[in-house]
Amino acid sequence: MGLLAHLIVVPVVMPLVTAALLILLGNKHKRMKSLLNITATVLGLIVAASILRSVDADPSSSGMRVYLASNWEAPFGIVLVADRLSALLLVVVGVVSLGAALYAEAAWGRAGVYFHALFQIQLMGLNGAFLTGDLFNLFVFFEVMLAASYGLQLHGSGWPRVRSGMHYIAVNLLASSLFLIGLAMLYGVTGTLSMADLASKVALIPASDRGLLHAGAAILAVAFLTKAAAWPLNAWLVPAYTATSAPVAALFALMTKVGVYALLRCSTLLFSDTSPSPRFGGSVLLYGGLLTLAFGAIGVLSARRVGRVAGFSLIVSSGTLLAAFGLGVPAVTAAALYYLVSATFAVSALFLVVELLERMTTQPHIDAGASPIDVEPEVDEDTNLDEEEAPLVGRVFSPSLARLGLTFMVCMLLVAGLPPLSGFIAKVSLLTSIVDAARTTPTPTAVWTMAALLLLATLASTIALSTAGIRHFWKNSDRLAPRIQVIEAMAIVGLLAACMALTAWAEPVLRYTRAAANDLHAPQHYVDAVMSTQPRPGPTRPVIAQPPVTP
Amino acid sequence: MEALLSLVIGVLGGAGVWLILQPRTFQLIMGLTLLTYAVNLFIFSVGSLFLDRPPLIDTALTPTLEHYTDPVPQSLVLTAIVIGFATTALFLVVLLAARGLSGNDHVDGTPGAS
Repeated sequence: MGLLAHLIVVPVVMPLVTAALLILLGNKHKRMKSLLNITATVLGLIVAASILRSVDADPSSSGMRVYLASNWEAPFGIVLVADRLSALLLVVVGVVSLGAALYAEAAWGRAGVYFHALFQIQLMGLNGAFLTGDLFNLFVFFEVMLAASYGLQLHGSGWPRVRSGMHYIAVNLLASSLFLIGLAMLYGVTGTLSMADLASKVALIPASDRGLLHAGAAILAVAFLTKAAAWPLNAWLVPAYTATSAPVAALFALMTKVGVYALLRCSTLLFSDTSPSPRFGGSVLLYGGLLTLAFGAIGVLSARRVGRVAGFSLIVSSGTLLAAFGLGVPAVTAAALYYLVSATFAVSALFLVVELLERMTTQPHIDAGASPIDVEPEVDEDTNLDEEEAPLVGRVFSPSLARLGLTFMVCMLLVAGLPPLSGFIAKVSLLTSIVDAARTTPTPTAVWTMAALLLLATLASTIALSTAGIRHFWKNSDRLAPRIQVIEAMAIVGLLAACMALTAWAEPVLRYTRAAANDLHAPQHYVDAVMSTQPRPGPTRPVIAQPPVTP
Repeated sequence: MEALLSLVIGVLGGAGVWLILQPRTFQLIMGLTLLTYAVNLFIFSVGSLFLDRPPLIDTALTPTLEHYTDPVPQSLVLTAIVIGFATTALFLVVLLAARGLSGNDHVDGTPGAS
């Protein structure tokens, strides 16, 4: 124990302190700010990884780590809970944010004074939302995350950003109002906002108040569905995410996952199979997810710009996750969690690559001598010439363009879910678990539709991304290689390497997500772990006499 | 008092929704503000609506909601007000930026519309 017990609060506190320091540094010390930002992000990843290890290393209980903020016991104080799902998502945040932070160092980080501070606040909101065990605290972390995202979305300014940002903020403010209404109704019915306490109080609600509980949960779910970009609440996503700068878009790929997470957490806790209203809203999640999936697939096909393809891919992944969680089968949830990790990395990497592609089309010409290999070879008498008398052989395909092409192809394989990378493993494990579930579920038609839509989404992404690839890389013109800085390449390669690692260690990761899914579908562990955690004795807090435990 | 409070919440909420559906940014922000007021009053109402009841435990009174007012919704409202105020202020800045960039206050900034 000792200091290790406080590890859980570090992902929230460290970005906050870092952000404060970054604001104090002001407009000067640009190098130091960059360094501080990257160091804090790396430390965040390390902390997340060690939380994951400590949660997973404990086979006795289900590995829940509960942190009582201010030393108040559960239903009265706010708790932070790190279970397998939260720890996994913290690591996802760590990896994606590191990629975005590295990439931003090349150019975007210097475009505004408060980029780094906002970046860290956003991380605090994300981490806090994944860790908190209290609904109102979840609202606060949502708002922290959103307030930072409003600033980041507008980073770099310009009319398209301001315009889409205005819509984005208006939609999110409305969703926040709905969040509060739902929250207030749940409090009115149950008298508590602690998630664990809510889960145990749901069974005690009289039948006459059950309608109110359902209404409150449904209104809350609308707010979460807006965040998760479920159809028809997702019109804000594609314009906002394509207009913003690349590292911010990569970071924003995480934000839809917060909505998905909140839905998964609340639905499994409040409406588990053993609760009096089992799987309330499950069918809404399932059918809403299917519609979102279909909408995303159509959007991917209709998109002309690669940035929009990336935005719609995010909607596809949200739809897949919602539908999978709506089924409420542990095996499907486990596969979906693996898919979540793989899809988040892949789409973030795609958002970063998109900017490089766009740089290729907008950049007029590269510096002379940037790469000696780009120089046109000399034409002598024997050179084979095409109709415009340009040499057909000997025109060297720039290596940086080749590398970018390869990166784009890897992104395509990952996003579409083609073999041999982690996207494929995720799709296959989803499909096999869905087919298994089809035998037991009361709605086999929906399940088969989901399998078909998943395959169609793969097809749509493949078509859209390969068309985009052809348009960008094979276009018969003097396409010039974009200048890519080493740090940008590192960010993208890092994210893709994380996907490679997911592929290589698919078995342990899937074992972990299976354990996480089993924890989720047996919420009593969560409730017990939170409610049984006692405050520590201290100078202001004498040891409370415990009633003797009767065997 | 319940009837009055519900009426006020209803009117504020209705006016807020009406204004949000308008295409001008000024109406939009006023609508969002009114809606926030309605939501805050709503949170307030999920506690117990009494006058002159203490929120703290008094040993002379039996600990039921008939004798106390619930302090939790009040603290929730306080937090919600602060957060709502901050985000509205932020939104106002974005609206001004949009006004400056597009030259009019249409939410889509259609050029030519005034």
